[in-house]
Amino acid sequence: MHRTDTSGPAIETAGLVKVFGETRAVDGVDLTVPRGTVYGVLGPNGAGKTTTVKMLATLLRPDGGEAHVFGRDVVREADKVRSRVSLTGQYASVDEDLTGTENLILLGRLLGHRHQAAAARAAQLLEAFGLTEAAGKQVKNYSGGMRRRIDIAASILNTPDLLFLDEPTTGLDPRSRNQVWDIVRAVVAQGTTVLLTTQYLDEADQLASRIAVIDKGKVIAEGTKGELKASVGAGSVHLRLREADQRQQAVDLLARALDAQVQLEPDPVALTARVGNGSGEQAAEQASRALGELARAGITVDNFALGQPSLDEVFLALTDRTAAASADSKEGVAA
Amino acid sequence: MTTATQTQNPEELAPVKSESLAEVLIATERPPRPSPWSASVTFGWRAVLKIKHVPDQLFDVTAFPIMLVLMYTYLFGGALSGSPTEYLQRFLPGILVMSVVMITMYTGVAVNTDISKGVFDRFRTLPIWRPAPMVGYLLGDAMRYVVASLVMLVVGLIMGFRPDGGVVGVLLGVALLLVFAFGFSWAWTMLGLLMRTEKSVMGVAMMVIFPFTFLSDIFVETSTMPGWLQAFADNNPITHLSAAVRELMHGGWPGADIAWSLGWAGLFVAVFGPITMRLYARK
Repeated sequence: MHRTDTSGPAIETAGLVKVFGETRAVDGVDLTVPRGTVYGVLGPNGAGKTTTVKMLATLLRPDGGEAHVFGRDVVREADKVRSRVSLTGQYASVDEDLTGTENLILLGRLLGHRHQAAAARAAQLLEAFGLTEAAGKQVKNYSGGMRRRIDIAASILNTPDLLFLDEPTTGLDPRSRNQVWDIVRAVVAQGTTVLLTTQYLDEADQLASRIAVIDKGKVIAEGTKGELKASVGAGSVHLRLREADQRQQAVDLLARALDAQVQLEPDPVALTARVGNGSGEQAAEQASRALGELARAGITVDNFALGQPSLDEVFLALTDRTAAASADSKEGVAA
Repeated sequence: MTTATQTQNPEELAPVKSESLAEVLIATERPPRPSPWSASVTFGWRAVLKIKHVPDQLFDVTAFPIMLVLMYTYLFGGALSGSPTEYLQRFLPGILVMSVVMITMYTGVAVNTDISKGVFDRFRTLPIWRPAPMVGYLLGDAMRYVVASLVMLVVGLIMGFRPDGGVVGVLLGVALLLVFAFGFSWAWTMLGLLMRTEKSVMGVAMMVIFPFTFLSDIFVETSTMPGWLQAFADNNPITHLSAAVRELMHGGWPGADIAWSLGWAGLFVAVFGPITMRLYARK
């Protein structure tokens, strides 16, 4: 009913800039977020993720560039944008002094529901989020996982067309994190677009169909998960041998058989080999070949794991590239 | 502090129910946005809920005013009017004004502590009338002022305060005081948004409130003051207000002082209201 304007992306920004004093927190961000999907914004602390989200959610006024949400300008048509988006911030965005029920009724009423309808909706949401027992407790007594849930519940009181989730699982235990992921999947399944910021590659991997990597206020890579990983390069296989004195032999063998870079780990029986051609596609195939080679040579492998490039690797790979590129361009400007 | 009380036990958590969640999400019916008044009242309700959960915050509208009445009445009463009871007839409406004006500054403190929390980000992404959260504070605080007024009047009546204006006069006096406090509080919402810490809000508020409440006709007739001070005190908005409240409670109709009080209240809203909203939009 509110999705009549089905054409065009959910979010479109061009050269978005936000400056705090001397710092360019967001420095020319271009994003296009398609509707009905989870879009991941991945980046380290202080990369400008939250600032970008705040501008898109009409909380901050951009210092430059443009941003449209469902075709509406976030500055000139802020009110129209607000009626379609919802934000779950990094810190509890509910009132900690109030109970779960009171928080949801409060927000329900602010969204225009009558008290009774708001109360009914609150009860329904608390039930769905497994918070019925804690409904009458003040939110300040909630655990981290419960807070996240009540936060997200508050964000979907009126099923929003676009939901901003700013680091929804930071600080959560793995179990609560999985539950938040389930919630996000359920929300997207109903047609809501989700913009998710995260520091964790696996989170983006689990949920997002497209990912933008942000560092120092700039988008340094953008694409589907496959494209992104391909741009970073291969995966790696981690091996633990039974005998430490066989390690050098294994290293030589792998370097020859896989034509791979092999790294020695601090643990004397462990080593890591880069596998897969640039795109990481044949990583599993190559890893099994490597295991075969080792077995033939009589080297016993106690344990092995095939890993995706870690977030560290992604960042190092991407930020190295941008650092080099900006150094080039600076020289160009200086000349 | 708070981390210690958190129940960090995920085992207790019931699982998320995907089916019921899907059901909740399908309901995309959206009511029309609330009117400015309804949104403000809802924020007022929030303030009342907060008082319910943290009743200690009523301390400043109960114990503090009682202390002021008792202290000043018995301290100055004998010297200034011959007896505390006599002094109380003139003094009670004034100290009522002073107490309420003093506790208006807690509005600024509340805004200051609240605004830094995540919940304000949520309020600001709601499609509601923008000043509603601020007006909500003031409505919630109006309730506190009513409590303070009631407490002081009861204490005053017990001590021998006998208003000639009867119930109607007293109610009119309190009503005028509430309207003035509503207007005056916008200065504190502005300050709450402007200052970095609640301590600085209190500090600045005190520097404003002390001279304005003491250098008025609340304690003594302005005619007893030196000329230059009299000039200030006679034109002090608090003097107009306390004179109006006193007259109303004693059955008079001080048209000029009422007009001055309302005029000042209007001026405060007209000046500090827009500044508050500007700061709020930029926060």
